[in-house]
Amino acid sequence: MSGARGATAAHGSSGAHGSSGAHGSVEILVEGETVAGRAGQTIAGVLLGSGRVAWRGAQQGERGVFCGIGVCHDCLVTVNGVEGVRACQREAVHGDRVEREVRG
Amino acid sequence: MTRVAVLGAGPAGLAAAEAALAAGAQVTVLDEGARPGGQFWRHRPGLTDPRMQHGVRRFEQLQSALAGAVVHSGAAVWSVELREPGERGGAVVLRAAVGPADGARREAVVVEADALVIATGAHDLALPIPGWTLPGVTTAGAAQALAKRDGVSVGRRTLVAGAGPFLLPVAQSLALVGSTVVGVHEASRIGALAGGWLPKPWQLLGKSAELAQYAGALARHRIPYRIGSGVVRVLGDERVEGAVVAQLDADWRPRPGTERVIECDAVALGHGFTPRLEAAVMLGCEVTGDRRGRFVVVDDGQRTTQPRVFAAGEVTGIGGADAALAEGAIAGYRAAGLAQDDERLHAALRVRDRMRRFARRLETAHGIRPGWTAWLDDDTIICRCEAVAKRAIVERAEVPLRAMRLATRAGLGPCQARTCGRAVEAIVAEARVSATGVTAAGQAVDGSDSAAPGGGDLGFERRPLLAPVRLGELGGADRPTCGEN
Ligand SMILES: Cc1cc2nc3c(=O)[nH]c(=O)nc-3n(C[C@H](O)[C@H](O)[C@H](O)COP(=O)(O)OP(=O)(O)OC[C@H]3O[C@@H](n4cnc5c(N)ncnc54)[C@H](O)[C@@H]3O)c2cc1C
Ligand code: FES
Repeated sequence: MSGARGATAAHGSSGAHGSSGAHGSVEILVEGETVAGRAGQTIAGVLLGSGRVAWRGAQQGERGVFCGIGVCHDCLVTVNGVEGVRACQREAVHGDRVEREVRG
Repeated sequence: MTRVAVLGAGPAGLAAAEAALAAGAQVTVLDEGARPGGQFWRHRPGLTDPRMQHGVRRFEQLQSALAGAVVHSGAAVWSVELREPGERGGAVVLRAAVGPADGARREAVVVEADALVIATGAHDLALPIPGWTLPGVTTAGAAQALAKRDGVSVGRRTLVAGAGPFLLPVAQSLALVGSTVVGVHEASRIGALAGGWLPKPWQLLGKSAELAQYAGALARHRIPYRIGSGVVRVLGDERVEGAVVAQLDADWRPRPGTERVIECDAVALGHGFTPRLEAAVMLGCEVTGDRRGRFVVVDDGQRTTQPRVFAAGEVTGIGGADAALAEGAIAGYRAAGLAQDDERLHAALRVRDRMRRFARRLETAHGIRPGWTAWLDDDTIICRCEAVAKRAIVERAEVPLRAMRLATRAGLGPCQARTCGRAVEAIVAEARVSATGVTAAGQAVDGSDSAAPGGGDLGFERRPLLAPVRLGELGGADRPTCGEN
């Protein structure tokens, strides 16, 4: 069993994963391009904050965020080589490599 | 000492944990979110605007109570199981993958408890609309979550549409993160709103301060609020460029000739909420349904039809955060073994009963009406995952739901029909009615029961896994129960 008594953010942004860069900012690589976000934002939050609205190919057109809470799977991206990560659920970690996916 | 597991750390789950701890139980809380709070508490000091968050004090109390519990955050619970008395006494067993969302090497966690409180909440119900797969269309909840949690807006000019008071905080949050809100379009007409609220306006009392505050925000940001109005088409090539709004009649059928185009780059849609029933269904708890949707059946003490299992919050009815808090407290006390007439339950029971009446008013005023299908085209995509159009569903409306799904793939994509389930049922029901020539005049054909004879067809709610996990993670857990559908 993991999870200590009172440990309320076992996998939050609180440093354990080195998620925050200097001054509360994070930088991630999106298709090789550096995109800056704020520490604590999800990958979807960083992408939207940078003006991107779509990042996944679907049968008809592009998709980005739809439900925002992990239900619809529209927002999937590949993170550090791992496919099928819901961008709206995953907190951005400094240095994350994010790639688009195509499904359909 | 009674071991109580709580699935979900939103208002209901947190209140359950607090109550169970107060009653002396040993408590374990699991939630897939990176931190407790559920859909309601998401503010991030320093990252997001505190004006978007209500009830911060209560959240702080709940969090300090949690110090006495084991809390697994980032814990996607993919299986729940009842172990019958016999082998080491009866118990509830939960299995979770713990770590960053959808990570490849999450830790397998197994929690065993004497009682479980299911507090898995709900997600938005957004009805399909031609053009709704364009980037820039999100649920109202997504717009809210992205504003409250990430401090970003889904668009520069956002149109908010759907039904229910939830549209108001969404519009306010959008304005606070810098979007122009070009309008809030509430589908319900004055008749339904009056029918819902006017006979017992005092039931709005508990809510009126909050509602007045939103009304003030709308006025301050000059956001137009229209009733009996909705988005009937989203325009754009590669992303949202505008939306067609129209007046809706009492059954939400668009009124011909009332269409007009509004320029915008985002549309936030919320026609209500759908409870997350998977855990309750997996445990065999009874679920009842009518045209408003299906919910977990509970008794006065929030106990489900499985004696060890309690349920609280939006899984038992859509009543908002205050209802969830009260139900959670009752469930937590009862799960920890307190009697129903224990005086510690009194206050929560009173609030819950008042909030239940509020929930009924909400449904009367804002519940989905059957005429909405009139805004669909034959080629409107209904199932977003598999890009299944309305036409394909209508063509197979006569065959059993399961066969229709296999033939069209509607609802078989990665979201497992969570997004389209209700809409598919409504379209099937309507097609069946028109095929048999029965004019169900005045009868609401918006969902569940007509498509699910006897109301017992849980086709869309029965899911083999509660949360997405990778095959390797199933292998890593003891006795994986990747139950078949
Ligand atoms: C996107 C969204 C945003 C909302 N925003 C607001 C708002 O700003 N203001 C407002 O008044 N109301 C809001 N609501 C309405 C909200 O549902 C209620 O007010 C309140 O949060 C309900 O409380 P709850 O405890 O029943 O459920 P929730 O708060 O939904 O909590 C349920 C929890 O269960 C967890 N969970 C579910 N399944 C699993 C699983 N298999 N494994 C692990 N964890 C699981 C979820 O991660 C979630 O944290 C929102 C709803 C949605 C869908
Ligand atoms: S937007 Fe729906 S899962 Fe991420």
